[in-house]
Amino acid sequence: MTSVGTDRLPDAALVVRRPARVRILWLLVTVLVLAVLMTASVALGSRDVAWSDVWAGLAGVDGSLEQAAVTKRIPRTLLAVVIGAALGLAGGVMQGVTRNPLADPGILGVNMGASLSVVTAVAFFGLTSPTGYIWVAMAGAALAAAFVYTVGSLGRGGATPLKLALAGAATSAAFASLVSAVVLPRNDIAGGFRLWQIGGVGGASYERIGQILPFLAVGFAICLLSARALNSLALGDELAAGLGERVAVVRATAALGAVVLCGASTAVAGPIGFVGLVVPHACRLLVGVDHRWLLPFSALAGASLLTAADVVGRMVARPADVEVGIVTALIGAPFFIHIVRRQKVRDL
Amino acid sequence: MTERSERTGGHGGLLIEPAKEAPGVPAAPPSVVRAVARGRRRNASRRRLVILTLAVLVVAGFAVTLMAGQTFYPPGDVLRVILGEQVPGASFTVGRLRLPRAVLAVIAGFSFGLAGVTFQTMLRNPLASPDIIGISSGASAAAAVAIVSLSLGGTQVSVLAIVSALAVALLVYTLAFRDGVAGTRLILIGIGISAILDSITAYVLSQAAEWDLQEATRWLTGSLNGTTWEQVLPALVALAVLTPVLLSRARNLSAMQLGDDTASALGVRVERTRVTVIVAAVGLIAFATAAAGPIAFVAFLSGPIAARLLGAGGSLLVPAGLVGALLVLVADFTGQFAFDTRYPVGVVTGVLGAPYLVYLIVRTHRAGGSL
Repeated sequence: MTSVGTDRLPDAALVVRRPARVRILWLLVTVLVLAVLMTASVALGSRDVAWSDVWAGLAGVDGSLEQAAVTKRIPRTLLAVVIGAALGLAGGVMQGVTRNPLADPGILGVNMGASLSVVTAVAFFGLTSPTGYIWVAMAGAALAAAFVYTVGSLGRGGATPLKLALAGAATSAAFASLVSAVVLPRNDIAGGFRLWQIGGVGGASYERIGQILPFLAVGFAICLLSARALNSLALGDELAAGLGERVAVVRATAALGAVVLCGASTAVAGPIGFVGLVVPHACRLLVGVDHRWLLPFSALAGASLLTAADVVGRMVARPADVEVGIVTALIGAPFFIHIVRRQKVRDL
Repeated sequence: MTERSERTGGHGGLLIEPAKEAPGVPAAPPSVVRAVARGRRRNASRRRLVILTLAVLVVAGFAVTLMAGQTFYPPGDVLRVILGEQVPGASFTVGRLRLPRAVLAVIAGFSFGLAGVTFQTMLRNPLASPDIIGISSGASAAAAVAIVSLSLGGTQVSVLAIVSALAVALLVYTLAFRDGVAGTRLILIGIGISAILDSITAYVLSQAAEWDLQEATRWLTGSLNGTTWEQVLPALVALAVLTPVLLSRARNLSAMQLGDDTASALGVRVERTRVTVIVAAVGLIAFATAAAGPIAFVAFLSGPIAARLLGAGGSLLVPAGLVGALLVLVADFTGQFAFDTRYPVGVVTGVLGAPYLVYLIVRTHRAGGSL
């Protein structure tokens, strides 16, 4: 894996190339960090538990309150890991597909689109089945993505980063208003007002994780398989076509993978922003711009980020729980501002 | 309201189309001068008509809001309540419930509309309204912290809101500044800052004893539910003090639309005007937000609607304020009585404003401008 296609890599991808040794090292570090964070997520929370209770809880015993708390934290941790991985990967793919450093499922309004479609289907069409949630969320995510991309690429210069981000932010704000309008009078909508406005992983259960797993698996597969094609796409459409890629097909497939991931995540955890923005940028610093490395790393780092955000959210306001969507916004928005500031004036 | 802004004429095709008319073109032939004068007169009379109609509509909306509701009270009863007489039933319903609510609707709407169009004019971009670039979010977050976490009330809340809104305005402007402030960058940075501030608001609300939907909607989208005179008073004072300040700068503001250099050549003290105008507009936003929450998109919508009504020319400050007041009155009334459930006013204006926001972006992109 490490030496694959070194000589076939185009020049542009070599600019930020990292030696294989460095990448392996970072891979180990990332996996280690994730493991530590997962342990922390099981061990820490509003109730203090002893290590012995943690082991007992992991073994499936829930005799005491402490052990019961641990058994509740396990699915929550797992959900944070899979959702974080999905959002991180989706962000990496979206940045590749749109060749846009500001792309993120939250900023581009894709997650809010999924949220709005679920809420609408529940409120007006009596949707109740959990699998139905996922399909509807994916349809909403796809529509929102297509809409934002169309709006963002109207006019001169096509889909420039800032136009796209602006279209996405506006659409996101618009959808958020509509979500409040639909949810406010109906207390019966699953998860209530908060989940569909601000994402969280508090309501995790093995059952819900099981429901989204097949969808996430498909999304992961599509996204990771398009890594090579995304490398070509990074050179520009003409060159990519010259290299034998069918540009439109590649773009549509990769975007579909990202949309599946976003839709499935939002269906269980609500709209969570900024994970997909921060993670790929950080990973690019570690492993370079080769998508075959970048995408798996984004998934791992996304999982770490969301798990960490969830632990922080649980710890800062003990015994209350701060939604993970709030924490990611607090971490991610300054980063967003940083990237916007870095853009040259001529791009504006 | 004021005649001062009438005279600004001519260069004010802001928001929708950039001003095409070059200033001070020398020695035009007399026939052209006469044509221009005729055009200006026509504009001025249309302007008077629009402002008058808007004012009448606001008064009518105000009156209807006081009379209609769960129970209808005839105008006579309402008038007696306003004059301070005791009318059984009406004294409570109209005097305690409807009157403060309607007054706050007008005040908040006028403040948002006026401040919104000021920002849009000054930054020459309809998207640069205070509710999109984070200033309302700043006031709202501060008010939520003050009320929910620190259990403050009244003036302290307003003071905290205005300090925080000013700080946010300064922060957004500083962060966006790099070889001058580019419009899109300012807006995107504002959107990022709003995301931070909104999550602070959400955090504060989640810290509260229990998730109170009523409070939550007030600070997230804006609401007039349960308005008391205590909330109305600071906003009223702010409006009374700051409106004349802004209106007296209307003329300078129109000149500054032609660019800073041209404006200083015309005798405008650009920096001083800018600082005064920002402080006054932010003050309006902060006081109105401390009372009613950041009523979604009113600041953003009022200016463009006023520009549409007036056509080219003239200051938009007063018309935009009136449009804002009318919007909030109508939206609040609709939210209360048009549906089975009662919606807070911010949800109604949000649903109205959201599609317009998207439409505006579509149109600007298609026109080829980079905003």
